[in-house]
Amino acid sequence: MVTCVNDAMFPDAGKAVVTLLRRLGVEVDFPEAQTCCAQPMVNTGYVDEAVPVVRTFVEAFDGYDAVVTPSGSCAGSARHQHRIVARRSGDPALQDAVARTSPKVFELTEFLVDVLGVDDVGASFPHRVTYHPTCHSLRMLGVGDRPTRLLSKVRGLRLVDLPGAEECCGFGGTFAVKNADVSVAMGSDKARHVRETGAEVLVAGDNSCLMHIGGLLSRQQSGVRVMHLAEVLAATEGSGA
Amino acid sequence: MTGTFVGMPAFPTAARAALADTQLRSNLAHATSTIRAKRAAVVAEVDDWESLRLAGAAVKDEVLLHLDDYLVQLEESLTAQGAVVHWARDAAEACAIVAEVAKAHDVDEVVKVKSMATQEISLNEALEAEGIAAWETDLAELIVQLGDDLPSHILVPAIHRNRAEIKDIFTREMGNAGRPAPDDLTDEPAVLAAAARRHLREKFLRARMGVSGANFAVADSGTLVVVESEGNGRMCLTLPEILVSVVGIEKIVPTWSDLDVFLQLLPRSSTGERMNPYTSTWSGVTQGDGPQEVHVVLLDNGRTRALADEVGRQALRCIRCSACLNVCPVYERTGGHAYGSVYPGPIGAILNPLLRGVGQDEQVDSLPYASSLCGACYEVCPVRIDIPSVLVDLRAQVVDAHRGGLPKPEAVAMKGAAWSFTKASRLAAAERASGLVGRVAQRWGRASLPGGRRAIRRAPGPGAAWTGARDLPAPPTESFRAWWRRTRGGRSEGAS
Repeated sequence: MVTCVNDAMFPDAGKAVVTLLRRLGVEVDFPEAQTCCAQPMVNTGYVDEAVPVVRTFVEAFDGYDAVVTPSGSCAGSARHQHRIVARRSGDPALQDAVARTSPKVFELTEFLVDVLGVDDVGASFPHRVTYHPTCHSLRMLGVGDRPTRLLSKVRGLRLVDLPGAEECCGFGGTFAVKNADVSVAMGSDKARHVRETGAEVLVAGDNSCLMHIGGLLSRQQSGVRVMHLAEVLAATEGSGA
Repeated sequence: MTGTFVGMPAFPTAARAALADTQLRSNLAHATSTIRAKRAAVVAEVDDWESLRLAGAAVKDEVLLHLDDYLVQLEESLTAQGAVVHWARDAAEACAIVAEVAKAHDVDEVVKVKSMATQEISLNEALEAEGIAAWETDLAELIVQLGDDLPSHILVPAIHRNRAEIKDIFTREMGNAGRPAPDDLTDEPAVLAAAARRHLREKFLRARMGVSGANFAVADSGTLVVVESEGNGRMCLTLPEILVSVVGIEKIVPTWSDLDVFLQLLPRSSTGERMNPYTSTWSGVTQGDGPQEVHVVLLDNGRTRALADEVGRQALRCIRCSACLNVCPVYERTGGHAYGSVYPGPIGAILNPLLRGVGQDEQVDSLPYASSLCGACYEVCPVRIDIPSVLVDLRAQVVDAHRGGLPKPEAVAMKGAAWSFTKASRLAAAERASGLVGRVAQRWGRASLPGGRRAIRRAPGPGAAWTGARDLPAPPTESFRAWWRRTRGGRSEGAS
């Protein structure tokens, strides 16, 4: 599951997942029927509207061994919210299909560490990096230190602690526009902490959060770029590979 | 108007004003980070904290499941011990009961223990309308009352004030309410506390009637419990001859031994202390000791409505500790007034809509959206209220309440997005359109993100809410989907 945000806005994250998983010997497919996990509708209160989207999701992904996604938030949506949507639909077939697909959905670092059993993915990225643990990966999925374990094995990468790392960046889906002022106030503090680290690159596992923090960092002319964790883990920069 | 500050605008508007208040931002950031650290330290000391949380949730769930039985049991045990039990369906009934007791004894002033239930029903205002003065005796509530202000935190209602502001309020207002502040008042906390103590002492000694809430009501023993830090509560509960306690019907615990769990959970979660300084318990009337006339008002005021809500009823487990407020990144920046209720923060964002219902008031309907759904509140809640899930469910209730009639632009956008996301071919078409925008930005755009990608600095329409402070990456010229198809999964041009 590439996710709609990555598909439409950040295709490089999706390409990085393909590169990375193939390098680790995984057979990768992109079922072209996939669209979105339906989280934007569910979290804004439009559950009826989410029903056909979840139906599209389960039809696209039924039959695969694992559904891997470079987003803690979308993985959380599939694992925790799809059953709510299916229940609302009143359709037992959809409820069964959700019960089959939901447990097979993995956030990228969960799949790498828990399923493939690797923490060194053979990447090289000689830069000063700080990592923001996104809320849904941290608190909804409980990915724990999997992302930083993976990053710590990347050749040349210097990982710098982010102050107040576990505090939300303020993106929050439609919160970012429905409560834009509060969202920006939260994001400004996050961006300030990022700048304090002196990192060249801010890395996270969710491009939606990075679009928000990165948008602030860019507006502030901070010179800090944002990259999805998958892109760093796929990188072979300076390794001669 | 129960529990809600009259005339407050919806959350986004109220929040905008609060965000611009530099002093407020500074006071809140300092206070919440201090109390967060204290809580984290004392919670980390407890090996079986998670078991305690589970136990707390289980006890409350048991009570909620059999609330009808426990309420009758509580009434019987209280009555057997000489208390008079009253039932109040709403704020107006509860206020009328308290006023009637006061008038029956020709009382024209009462001293109050800090109590959320009496705040919720606006008891002070109701008593004032009857010519009865209600004096708040908790230090922070006193600051709020003297300053003609509104509480902004459940535990620390004057959290939005710093000590210099408090000194000014005491100097200006104490004389109007009783003993004036001394001429040599400073903003030292000990000096301010001493002034409050002297001001309050004459009220404690004079008042014939006390009014309280209760943190817990033990059904089998008929015991009410108040936990506090300052001792003012103990004064109000023991000195007057008449005591009236307004107690939400969800405050019940079945037995005395169930208190064990909560007296561990509450102080560590709220003030960040291992144990609170004062725990007062009383079971009806004790001859010759303390108040000789004890009334208990059991308050519904929307609680049965919340109980009927399958997802939301867990909010009735709340023990008003405020841990969710202190850890909430939204609350930390807006403060409590923006929520327009005596219950602010994450718990307020679910409790107000649950108690009052959605679909009638724009302010209430805005509260479930006053969250980024980061989940920090759920993590710290001592009774494991899954606030994010309740928020999401309440959002659905808000949307459902407004179905039919002319759809809002948001509803149109969501229906449009859902339509695109129902068939991949529709999404692909939308991506081809956005790819054109990307090509335009590539050729003529001037702004770039760090790293070189083209950026949009000012988006039209609803996008302006994003680009007001944030650059937006220009759409890529080719979506992932289009790349996958063109390169047959990356095989015809390498993986990138």
